[in-house]
Amino acid sequence: MYKVLTGVLDPDSVEDELEMATVRHRPEALELLEAQSKFTKKELQILYRGFKNECPSGVVNEETFKEIYSQFFPQGDSTTYAHFLFNAFDTDHNGAVSFEDFIKGLSILLRGTVQEKLNWAFNLYDINKDGYITKEEMLDIMKAIYDMMGKCTYPVLKEDAPRQHVETFFQKMDKNKDGVVTIDEFIESCQKDENIMRSMQLFENVI
Amino acid sequence: MAAGVATWLPFARAAAVGWLPLAQQPLPPAPGVKASRGDEVLVVNVSGRRFETWKNTLDRYPDTLLGSSEKEFFYDADSGEYFFDRDPDMFRHVLNFYRTGRLHCPRQECIQAFDEELAFYGLVPELVGDCCLEEYRDRKKENAERLVEDEEAEQAADGPALQVGSSLRQRLWRAFENPHTSTAALVFYYVTGFFIAVSVIANVVETIPCRGPARRPSREQPCGDRFPLAFFCMDTACVLIFTGEYLLRLFAAPSRCRFLRSVMSLIDVVAILPYYIGLFVPKNEDVSGAFVTLRVFRVFRIFKFSRHSQGLRILGYTLKSCASELGFLLFSLTMAIIIFATVMFYAEKGTNKTNFTSIPAAFWYTIVTMTTLGYGDMVPSTIAGKIFGSICSLSGVLVIALPVPVIVSNFSRIYHQNQRADKRRAQQKVRLARIRLAKSGTTNAFLQYKQNGGLEDSGSGEEQALCVRNRSAFEQQHHHLLHCLEKTTCHEFTDELTFSEALGAVSLGGRTIRSTSVSSQPVGTSNLLSSCCPRRAKRRAIRLANSTASVSRGSMQELDTLAGLQRSPAPQSRSSLNAKPHDSLDLNCDSQDFVAAIISIPTPPANTPDESQPSSPDGSSGRASSTLRNSNLGTPCLLPETVKISSL
Repeated sequence: MYKVLTGVLDPDSVEDELEMATVRHRPEALELLEAQSKFTKKELQILYRGFKNECPSGVVNEETFKEIYSQFFPQGDSTTYAHFLFNAFDTDHNGAVSFEDFIKGLSILLRGTVQEKLNWAFNLYDINKDGYITKEEMLDIMKAIYDMMGKCTYPVLKEDAPRQHVETFFQKMDKNKDGVVTIDEFIESCQKDENIMRSMQLFENVI
Repeated sequence: MAAGVATWLPFARAAAVGWLPLAQQPLPPAPGVKASRGDEVLVVNVSGRRFETWKNTLDRYPDTLLGSSEKEFFYDADSGEYFFDRDPDMFRHVLNFYRTGRLHCPRQECIQAFDEELAFYGLVPELVGDCCLEEYRDRKKENAERLVEDEEAEQAADGPALQVGSSLRQRLWRAFENPHTSTAALVFYYVTGFFIAVSVIANVVETIPCRGPARRPSREQPCGDRFPLAFFCMDTACVLIFTGEYLLRLFAAPSRCRFLRSVMSLIDVVAILPYYIGLFVPKNEDVSGAFVTLRVFRVFRIFKFSRHSQGLRILGYTLKSCASELGFLLFSLTMAIIIFATVMFYAEKGTNKTNFTSIPAAFWYTIVTMTTLGYGDMVPSTIAGKIFGSICSLSGVLVIALPVPVIVSNFSRIYHQNQRADKRRAQQKVRLARIRLAKSGTTNAFLQYKQNGGLEDSGSGEEQALCVRNRSAFEQQHHHLLHCLEKTTCHEFTDELTFSEALGAVSLGGRTIRSTSVSSQPVGTSNLLSSCCPRRAKRRAIRLANSTASVSRGSMQELDTLAGLQRSPAPQSRSSLNAKPHDSLDLNCDSQDFVAAIISIPTPPANTPDESQPSSPDGSSGRASSTLRNSNLGTPCLLPETVKISSL
């Protein structure tokens, strides 16, 4: 009632907001990052300048992450997949992707060995990080990917398309047919597949 | 897309590694973009002031002067810098746009100069950021209005400039609406004004009692009765002029119904009708009472002056827009009047020979007291009555005097608010449309790119170069990313039109359902191949000629999407037409033919509706694989033509 009469906001809440906005994160030294990742100094510089331009506070939170990702896939809904991706990048699970996390992830994806990339992909699919990909987890991931396509696809997206895709995937990957895919089965099956191996080099020249 | 998005593209592409194990089709190869390793600092010299920035910063907006190869024209090899002979202060804002993605409008600069700089550097005024957009628009509008006023003044000074070929009716209407356009119109304008004044004055004068020359005791007639003929003649003349004017306006009006319903024409009718009614009404005593009241309406002729006075029109408009406030004031006044009248009546009831005979009679007292007029024809005599009477007059001051300034300020507030609300609504619509367009622009760019056969990776490098010149590196990589997603899920992006058609085809039990099944029918496709091949080649040759416009349009569209411009929907519809026979990608998920999956044919626009309509729903699945096979055979001979056309 007092607030309504005097029109005064709770002073604490305003300050809280200001405080949150001033969270700053400074990345580790350039040399350290260079040693930890497979990028050169110049590449790190370019990456950081872009990163800092977009996120002056030094960290990306999930909302911003989802916004950014949705700009690339305007037709569909990429929030679910962005959520999984965010969890995959946020290795220390503190709710924010700092520049180090960013570089760590990119280093694996762009400069890593095939083994490391497959490891990363497995980590992405394994939502609860227990070392096994179950059919439910895979279905979630698949649905998220299909969501990104949006509604207007050709051919018309059917309800069970993700499920069918998951079945195909499990048929290929699950060697001992126990309903889950472990990291070894995954890597082994991927290494046998020519197409996958060939496409692993696709994104190397991204930076 | 925003500038910052370009920064995240490498990250989004890297994250696409997550799709690789899931892809059921082989993914397309990445575009061979010669990415510049390392960033270099460019020096831009604007009239002596040096600005230095990273090359990447400028490359964020490839469809502007600084972001494209156009800046090479300004490159000075001796000094190794780009020299622009323009205003350095303005350039600061332009460069900040590249850096931050928001274009700010300088407060102290002339808006015209700012616009010119924007035009020079290839920036569209729509890019002005939201923080400065409103002010920018306001100032621009002011400027434009001032220019228009100057122009009109010039025109009026120069004299009338009638368009050749305008009909008499149009010219007449223009003369009525803008009397300044011709001398005849001006004369007419003043003559009607004069006659309105004469008519009103005559109405007033004819009621003045004037004494006749001979001394008639005690009989003073109003002038109207003394000189009936004179007044009648004057009245007739005025009414004739007004009638003539009304008929002429009716004839000249572009929309007669609308004119008949307008306020001014109603006033005209009301002004002249009493005269005609009076002509036909016989002069007997019974009806003359009614006839007299009709004469009251002659006073409405004074409202005809509103055509001559701008201020009167504005007043009328503001009254109309503040009707609700006035209504509320009236309502609260009525409440107060009723309360006080009741109180006064009961307070004065006891007194004999009192004026307060009833509550309605007390209304008059309350109104006179509350408006502080105080005629004194009704006064309370009891003490209670006097007390309540004084309370009434005090509260009258409050009730009347307070809302009046509020209403006055309401006038200006509501007026400005309306204007601002409309502006904001329009801007909101524009902004949403821009966002929507940017989104659809990206998709359409991708679809357009597919239709134009940009997915070919084979072919000579020359063709490749010519085709990709129209797309920036960013676009290439983004399209590659979208393409990878398509391959992973075995579904393609389409637009609304095709999607609804496909839905319709599916509901009809069409043959397009085949594509969703994972298993293939390689046997059937080879049969179709042999039968369709020659026909397809011929048709395609014809339709290629039509692809010129679509290619150039498509490239323009892609160039514009980065700036998120607002474009007419025409390109969109064209791409939707293109998408109809969209059999560019192999839908066969298990196909082992890696090459066939990549190559596609430039699908021509459906400018020939006769063949596109029937062909799209039926047999499009068959055409899918057949045209793919076709591409292997037909590509070498057709590609050169495609290239030639696109380079036009």
